[in-house]
Amino acid sequence: MSEIKNIFDISGRAMASQLVRLNTVASNLANAGTIASTKEEAFRALKPVFQTTYADQLKHSGVSTVDVVTIAEVTRAPEKAFMPHHPSADADGFVYRAAVDENEEMVEMVEASRQYQNNVEVISTIRALMMRTINMGK
Amino acid sequence: MNFHAQALELRSRRNEILASNIANAATPNFKARDLDFDSEIKRHVGIGPLQTTNDQHFPTMVAAPDNKMLFREPINPSLDGNTVELSVEQMEFSENVTRYQTTLTFLNNRITGLMSAIKGE
Repeated sequence: MSEIKNIFDISGRAMASQLVRLNTVASNLANAGTIASTKEEAFRALKPVFQTTYADQLKHSGVSTVDVVTIAEVTRAPEKAFMPHHPSADADGFVYRAAVDENEEMVEMVEASRQYQNNVEVISTIRALMMRTINMGK
Repeated sequence: MNFHAQALELRSRRNEILASNIANAATPNFKARDLDFDSEIKRHVGIGPLQTTNDQHFPTMVAAPDNKMLFREPINPSLDGNTVELSVEQMEFSENVTRYQTTLTFLNNRITGLMSAIKGE
């Protein structure tokens, strides 16, 4: 992990993390409703795990950013359904639906995009401030 | 001039801290931090080169003290232990940015004044 040098590192890495979150939402939604013949094969929703990365001299600077440490599968079990005519049905006529909660994913999407926007806002504000500071005394 | 320079530095540091809070808005167990500008600026102003009373004294510069980091008290605590409230952080950030620009304007006016004094126009 590289050190945190300036405000662009802070917000940039946060944006990257939120983008990973949006990607997992997209892949979860794409796989929602898919059917598998065994419990193990069934798709389980993926969730990124966020963790704070602190700057080296935290007591002095107080700055930190966020990184995705791992992408975990949800522990929720895939739903078992009785569909004997489905081509993927097992010997007893059961299929397993992907463990994805569409409502949860939609909420996640809205929250992630909102927080992405917040970080963009911070960066553009800081950029404008820096430009004004560079032109100081002119 | 020194006061405004210190204020500008402190404001920019506070911007970084608030940006960190906003960056960690979705991290479980993150505790939002901040610094108290009023008390910090009082500590920072008046710190400068050490006065020397003898020619053989070495001129030294006293390093600025560490900023006192404080934790923010959440208004509506959330279940995941995160104390970042976006509305609060955005409000603090925009206030801090405005005050940074104010300090910048003061400095600009000061520099313009000095320049016209130098040119004697």
